[in-house]
Amino acid sequence: MPLSRDEVRHVAMLARLGLEPGDEEFYAEQLSGILAHIDRLQQLNTESIPPTAQVVEVANTLRDDVPRPGLSQADALANAPAAVNGFFRVPSIQEEA
Amino acid sequence: MSDLTELTIKEAGRLLRLQSISAGELVAAHVERIERIDRRVRAFLRFTPELWEKQADEADARIRRGDTAPLVGIPMAVKDVLCVRGVETTAGSQILSGFRPPYTGTAVSRLFAAGAVMLGVTNCDEFAMGSSTENSGYHPTHNPWDLARVPGGSSGGSAAAVAAGEAMIALGTDTGGSIRQPAALTGVVGMKPTYGRVSRYGLIAFASSLDQIGPFARSVEDAAIVLEAMAGHDPLDATSSDRPNDVSRDLDAGVKGMRLGVPREYYDVEGIEPGVKAAVDKAVKSLSDAGAEIVDVTLPHTDYGLAAYYIIAPAECSSNLARFDGVKYGMSSGDAQNITEAYQRTRRKGFGTEVRRRVMLGTYALSSGYYDAYYLKAQKVRTLIKRDFDAAFENCDAIISATSPTVAFPLGSRTQNPLSMYLCDVLTLGGNLAGLPGISVPCGMSEGLPVGLQVLAPQWREGVALRVARAYEQASGVKAEVAPVG
Amino acid sequence: MASPWEVVIGMEVHVQPRTRSKMFCGCAIGQLGDAPNSNVCEICLGLPGVLPVINKAAVEACLKTALALHCEIPRHTKFDRKNYMYPDLPKGYQISQYDLPMSVNGYLELDGRQVRIRRVHLEEDTGKLIHAGDKLHKAHESFVDLNRAGVPLMEIVSEPDLRSADEARDYAVALRTLLRTIGASEAEMEKGQLRAEPNISIRRVGSTELGVKTELKNINSFRALHRAILYEVARQTEVLESGGRVEQETRGWSEAEQRTFSQRSKEFAEDYRYFPEPDLPPLELDAAWIDELRRALPELPGARRARLVAQYGLPAADAVLIAADRELADLFEAAAAAGAEAKPAANWIIGDVAPAGKIPTPEHLADLVKLVTSGSITRDQGREVLMESVETGRSPSDIVREHGFAQVSDESALQAEVQAVMAANPRAVEDYRAGKKQAMQSLMAELRKRSPQANPKVASELLIRLLG
Repeated sequence: MPLSRDEVRHVAMLARLGLEPGDEEFYAEQLSGILAHIDRLQQLNTESIPPTAQVVEVANTLRDDVPRPGLSQADALANAPAAVNGFFRVPSIQEEA
Repeated sequence: MSDLTELTIKEAGRLLRLQSISAGELVAAHVERIERIDRRVRAFLRFTPELWEKQADEADARIRRGDTAPLVGIPMAVKDVLCVRGVETTAGSQILSGFRPPYTGTAVSRLFAAGAVMLGVTNCDEFAMGSSTENSGYHPTHNPWDLARVPGGSSGGSAAAVAAGEAMIALGTDTGGSIRQPAALTGVVGMKPTYGRVSRYGLIAFASSLDQIGPFARSVEDAAIVLEAMAGHDPLDATSSDRPNDVSRDLDAGVKGMRLGVPREYYDVEGIEPGVKAAVDKAVKSLSDAGAEIVDVTLPHTDYGLAAYYIIAPAECSSNLARFDGVKYGMSSGDAQNITEAYQRTRRKGFGTEVRRRVMLGTYALSSGYYDAYYLKAQKVRTLIKRDFDAAFENCDAIISATSPTVAFPLGSRTQNPLSMYLCDVLTLGGNLAGLPGISVPCGMSEGLPVGLQVLAPQWREGVALRVARAYEQASGVKAEVAPVG
Repeated sequence: MASPWEVVIGMEVHVQPRTRSKMFCGCAIGQLGDAPNSNVCEICLGLPGVLPVINKAAVEACLKTALALHCEIPRHTKFDRKNYMYPDLPKGYQISQYDLPMSVNGYLELDGRQVRIRRVHLEEDTGKLIHAGDKLHKAHESFVDLNRAGVPLMEIVSEPDLRSADEARDYAVALRTLLRTIGASEAEMEKGQLRAEPNISIRRVGSTELGVKTELKNINSFRALHRAILYEVARQTEVLESGGRVEQETRGWSEAEQRTFSQRSKEFAEDYRYFPEPDLPPLELDAAWIDELRRALPELPGARRARLVAQYGLPAADAVLIAADRELADLFEAAAAAGAEAKPAANWIIGDVAPAGKIPTPEHLADLVKLVTSGSITRDQGREVLMESVETGRSPSDIVREHGFAQVSDESALQAEVQAVMAANPRAVEDYRAGKKQAMQSLMAELRKRSPQANPKVASELLIRLLG
């Protein structure tokens, strides 16, 4: 089923991808094309088939509760585009109404 | 001494241990070759002279102490998705430009400990999404056999480096065929292990339930040596297995008495080139002559594999790539009014077209109202595909086919149509969906370009895949050769 | 007149289990006041290439909690990714549990009634955001500290079974008691180890449909929980009675202004796109493991409360207070075993030990109870002796002996003192003899001043005799 422009805008917002002029048409067309191929999955009756999330059987891999040294504050912030006084800095987060 | 760049691990190891050459000299020969040809091949994104100098010195010291471990002093290239402490690692993406990890991933650490010498970081499709290395956020890589053609992808830089004699071995990652397909297109050996065989710790994730790290080499034996050094349980990866590391067992046992399955859906796959088919036919004949029994098998859900893959992989990638937000590392788009706008700008600018396409697709497939129709459905089809392989392996020890339906294609020829690019992986992605080990070995040329033979084995039977590939290599006399690079 | 509105409250409580390291990495659990971004590693920072590995102690704490809440524990559980991008969430998703939580369908006993528990699951905490600027000057930037990111959290979700602010507070207190009793968490609200988020709605009495609910956040004390609910119920009542509609939303509690405020804008509805966490294999909860955890659970507060009443004859009110604190309950039972009379021991614990927050040894408490009940020292002296005993670790008997605190109960020794008080207060003596019996009290007060060690009972008998 083809993707509408509204859906493109909604999905782009969920993914926090900015849209530039032409992007909406581009995604709508490209994703619709791929989905047209993917829609063949609907031909298969999978009612009684369990889903596979992980392909090899490994279970119960737990870690003992033992602390190990982490990074220094300087190393933690070394790759940050903006760091101030030991914090990562980000633009304002509008929250309270 | 340009012939030093054409050696296998075995051959180089002999010279190193006899101290006919030093690790420093071996590295220097590769660096010289890189300087001569990489301008045209463009396999590398970055070089690591401080590492190769230190590691070559250490290797020479180990050799002088009588250390006979096979990887000591062996020059290696590393795909740009594997974190190495202090070395800029970008997953082929502008969004990570300048990122220097404060840690080294497990597979690379193990190879360093085994004595390998890192030459540099190789190019790849951005976040390993692609089949031609044209989606790199930096530049394309060229096929050493024909510079106007792609090397395959996503691990195209690593494949090209080994094919061009710029590195003796290289590491790649394979999510839908990203090691095997470029290995086939550049005429080298490339192996994807069983999911869980090699720790993914330090691998910048594309699709977590499909990704595996594996080797490129110029012989099956070399691939086995590198894989064995990386494999085994890692407490930092909960999905890594603690099964015995037996990948090299029975390497030289031959194929006499083995049953090798040829799936008809793979043999006659849509778009397979006659030259590829002919080379594979010849390879099958040669294995049969070596004593293998060739049987027909069927993988009935093959036609649905691509569709399932292009839901599961993008869905996981849409989540895995959410961390690239311009806050903790990498690119940030600068002054935005608020955090949402900052995210949108950074990610629109930092991600390339293919990555954005897949993030959109995956986000859509997981979103409310579509989860059952797409994501859950794809997971169920994944079960069917796995069952196909289980059933096929009841009738054979390993499955053989072409690795890629085509030889290397011209640069730019598939970039406009994503589906045509996705079809490159139609013979390889089933192995990822089912978690199987698979190897691609060179099986001759078509139109002057390399063709690869794929061997798939049941989970945890890397030994079987390597053994069949090795038997083919010996029976056919077809060897991975270093491309001349005109 | 009874209110026409019924209050319906469900509670979501986040509890930090007692662990040494984070949920999915080996970083130590930091303290409030640590330097920002100093308890972090590549894993909890969400650097490219890292993977989570589950902390076994967190799983065990969650299972113990689930068992103590009488939950069903399925054989098979798994983790999922909850996807949303926010600067305090380093990976862009939170590892949590969606459709197969670690436990379901339990209850917490509250004053003999069952509050149903829907589920208890494990997840990871987010980091902390600090906003520059204030309400008047809109913040242009915020600052991110990821020390808390990846700290384990249990989420305990109740059904909407609570009917008042009092009940909601009592539920949270009872939950804290339970968590401390089983050692699953220190559950200190001030340290953010226990965070309660009530869902509140109101409906007409008699209605069976649920009203539109609001969810309250940033509550960091039991008092705030109580007040925030009272405020919110009043607000919703006012909205509905003035013909308005309650918006389904998340509201914050402002401690400074003592009011709730709308917190999350509704313009963009988030869609969390949950899917199974591919980096973590599922957990198969083996029955033997669960049994082992069950056997290791201590007696739970509800059961202990009942036993304190039955076994020691304590009044129910005392039993509630003592059973609510494992340390106090242990002290009580050990002191009783060391020979202390039950009711006085309970009085000492509730009246003196608990408020002081310093715990004597059971033997010392038993010693003290005996000294006071036998009349050897006064209650006031007993308090002093208790304090000194806790400070120095010496036994009350030793302290009494050393200070000569022992009460004087010998009439011959007291006679001179009583006569001296009478001589010094002729007016009071006259008043008493003239029939004003209350004059007795001022004479006794004078006596206590002059001779604090006098046994009050013996002294007053003597005084009455001499006055008569």
